[in-house]
Amino acid sequence: MDARSMRFSAAVMALALAAGISASSPAFAEAESQDPIKLTLHDWTGQLITTKIMGEVLKKLGYNVEYVQADYLAQFAGLETGDLTAAMEIWATTGQEASDKAVATGNVENLGNIGLQAKEEWWYPAYMKEKCPGLPDWTALKEPACVEAFSIPETAPKGRYLGGPVTWGGFDEERVEALGLDFEVVHAGTDAGLFAELDSAYQRKAPIMLWVYAPHWALAKYEGEWVDFPTYEPACYTDPAWGENKEATHDCGKPFGEIWKVGWVGMKDKWPGAYKAVKAYEMQNDEMNALIVNVDIDGKTVDDVVADWLVKNEARWKKWAE
Amino acid sequence: MALSTSIDTHAPTGPLRLSAIRLAWLAVLGATILLWVAGDRFAPWAVAYPRAWQIPAMQWISAVMEWLVRRAHFGLFTFTDLTRGLAAIIEVPYRAVLSLLSTGFRIGEGSNAIPILPPLSWIAVTVTAGLLGLYSGGRRLALFVSACFLYLAVFGQWQSAMVTLASILIAVPFGVAGGLMLGLAGYRWPAFERAMRPVLDLMQTVPVFAYLVPILFLFGFGPVSSVVATIVYAMPPMVRITILALRGVPAEIRDLGAMTGCTRRQLTWKILLPAARPGLMVGVNQVIMLSLNMVIIASMIGAGGLGFDVLAALRRLDIGAGIEAGVAIVVLAVALDRLSQAFAVDTETRSRLAALKRSAPLVERLPNLVTALAVILAAGVVGLFVAPVQSYPAAWNLTTGSFWENVVGWINVNYFDQIDAFKNMLLLNVLVPTKRFLGELPWLGIVAILALAGFALSGLRLAILCAVLSLLIAATGQWEKAMITVYLCGISVFFACLIGVPVAIFAASREGAWRIVQGVIDTLQTLPSFVYLIPVVMLFRVGDFTAILAVVAYAVAPVIRYTALGIRRVDPQLVEAGIVSGCTPFQILTKIKLKLALPEIVLGLNQTIMLSLSMVVITALVGTRDLGQEVYIALTKADVGRGIVAGLAVAFLAIIADRLLTAAAERLRFRFGLAPAVAA
Repeated sequence: MDARSMRFSAAVMALALAAGISASSPAFAEAESQDPIKLTLHDWTGQLITTKIMGEVLKKLGYNVEYVQADYLAQFAGLETGDLTAAMEIWATTGQEASDKAVATGNVENLGNIGLQAKEEWWYPAYMKEKCPGLPDWTALKEPACVEAFSIPETAPKGRYLGGPVTWGGFDEERVEALGLDFEVVHAGTDAGLFAELDSAYQRKAPIMLWVYAPHWALAKYEGEWVDFPTYEPACYTDPAWGENKEATHDCGKPFGEIWKVGWVGMKDKWPGAYKAVKAYEMQNDEMNALIVNVDIDGKTVDDVVADWLVKNEARWKKWAE
Repeated sequence: MALSTSIDTHAPTGPLRLSAIRLAWLAVLGATILLWVAGDRFAPWAVAYPRAWQIPAMQWISAVMEWLVRRAHFGLFTFTDLTRGLAAIIEVPYRAVLSLLSTGFRIGEGSNAIPILPPLSWIAVTVTAGLLGLYSGGRRLALFVSACFLYLAVFGQWQSAMVTLASILIAVPFGVAGGLMLGLAGYRWPAFERAMRPVLDLMQTVPVFAYLVPILFLFGFGPVSSVVATIVYAMPPMVRITILALRGVPAEIRDLGAMTGCTRRQLTWKILLPAARPGLMVGVNQVIMLSLNMVIIASMIGAGGLGFDVLAALRRLDIGAGIEAGVAIVVLAVALDRLSQAFAVDTETRSRLAALKRSAPLVERLPNLVTALAVILAAGVVGLFVAPVQSYPAAWNLTTGSFWENVVGWINVNYFDQIDAFKNMLLLNVLVPTKRFLGELPWLGIVAILALAGFALSGLRLAILCAVLSLLIAATGQWEKAMITVYLCGISVFFACLIGVPVAIFAASREGAWRIVQGVIDTLQTLPSFVYLIPVVMLFRVGDFTAILAVVAYAVAPVIRYTALGIRRVDPQLVEAGIVSGCTPFQILTKIKLKLALPEIVLGLNQTIMLSLSMVVITALVGTRDLGQEVYIALTKADVGRGIVAGLAVAFLAIIADRLLTAAAERLRFRFGLAPAVAA
């Protein structure tokens, strides 16, 4: 262990001690129940950070917190029965349907937006700009030279666009059709597959156009840009007359997505204070991206990054509890 | 049309039946080709199954599950209460083992828990495992098992590995005990066995993803659900092997029991089961291996452990960390496997120890147990004061770091074009045409061909089974996806045989080569496919080719195993006879060895098909559009009915393939005059 990280862990220890003191100090209302509040952890860094920040704050408020590793979509079964208490990041872009279904049972409650905006769009590495100089404007993708630049033998003469897993939806087939782009949409099976392809192409400086979402570590690791499509409006997806193509819907970019907090409906009565704090939690994209980079690129542990954030933002999280 | 030939089932064998079957084949194949070429024009309903004829099985199943989960009532308590009760029963030993191995004993829950006893130290666990190896197999095994556990500590996998080990240690006894009971019942009441057989088939072939959501509702969210899912998946071989092993007990032994006046219970527990022990231990081994196969899926529903590490690492594209965690699963599997296999054979040490009198001192009678307890105690006490004894210090961890990433990166940068050219050639010339061909075949023709094949190989019952199951796939609207599944698995099985049979032929007669091959296929079967899926995606992009590579890697093992087994079993006298009568080595191989090993090869083929179908869900994760994807989509939409219907379609494909091939293997055995199969 080098000196710097020694100092860092000492700071963490000090923080832990301080946490012990403040948990027992009467500055906060007593926790209503000492049953553990179960928060779910998934497999992407941003969600781990969000959840751990929430969890550590709840611990300081005197609550008993347990982290449970859970599958993003399978967790709704647990939230409906109260086996799990809350999930901190349900992206409207990927989890809306499952979440709506769970809320409809009356056993799950939407606890509001966490402040992050999920951005999802077609994305390309910076080196592709040489081959298709008109980018990021989407009309550049109509030029034959650009289509060719993005094509591979399997799709030639069409360009290749690597979409997310089918389960994410996204209407890319419709978009390609409506905007008259000569691209073939290929679906990756998983998130990991998507970025494995990006990593592979980036190493070889090979052509690639794919679905990237933010907040995500890839944006810190790879240099590139989003394609500028006509900005999304709800009418674009429902009204053919809207936009460029008067006969088709989906002639625009992807919508920005909300990221929801979702919880078991019994939380409100069992832990009213914690319920309020979870509802009040909020975070901005830039701040979250910086934290993600701390973990995924700089190699710090999630726990260290979270502890550090708590020290620096004490005033902010204390407000959530009021 | 196939069933029209069933009139002459009563005529057993003979020229009449043979020619009738031949005629039927001509008629069915002719009609199928006609439909394929011109069916669109005169009978489109026979080519693509009409939507209007579909049965709403999805809605029915969803409704039934909804009722079961939310409303089913037994008067005093609901069905959910019952399953939750069961979950609570499993929870108790699970918590105990988890505390012992990983978390330590604590009072209270969550972050408020107060630790009272630390978990076993890594030294204690490693030494205990080594002593277990010493007791069951001897010094070599002891060293091997300790080395396996040492790997877990040195590569920083200890915490996760102990969580995984805890769930395996709970799932395996439940799976073994449950399998033993069901097997005994099946042995005693043949009617029960007949009723159970299709259920066992479904348990093994319906992908876990398909029933994951109902299990979560019934058993709660957490490790217990994953233990339940593991038991469901891993128990069937134990049941089957128990029945086989009990049947295999020689009649003399049974008679002896009857003569000495045993009661029925004594006969079962004191005579039959001990006599069947070697067979039963094979079952235990299978339960262990299959439980470890479930580690990844179990981690998705709250079991944590090594499976979660693999998933999380790959999500960050940290190939090295993924491989290290994946290898930890392999190491755990191999250690447990070798231990359980050692227990299956009696050793001199153990019989010597067992022969010692009760009056002998404890240290002499149970030396390993005493040593283990002493080490546990000592390590526990010392660990309280010296931290590295309690938990392996992170500073001593080894890691391969970015080595694997660099390897993949180097191949990617330098050889991608060659790899890509090869892939495209295969894709454009083999894969795509096959996919298209299978997709265009008329469903009615396929149903008829399957029925006829069943009839020709076995009889009317198999014909009806094949026809009904394939018809159900069409009627539930799964035909198109099922054909893509058949294409993916069919091509994979073809390549698996293309690779596996020559490897087996080469290695079967060379001891050294065989040992290496065995190590490789053990690894391929237990290494979670996620580990190599991501590097493969980097080199081959997402799509069918990547999926096929993953399936072949997983499913090649049984082809190699069974083919080698078959070749080794060939009577050396027959080979001798071949040499004397002047056969060339090639003739000996093709006319004697392979021919006589054919039944085993067919069995291996059967297992390969089963394994490739079990990979279907995994292939969906690299972007295929088959039944696996359907199951996966259903999971993400929490649509229970849709998932189960697609899962059942996978199971039906597996059952059809299994029954037809088993019947074919039986026929081959009969033709070559070999004894019936006693393979597991």
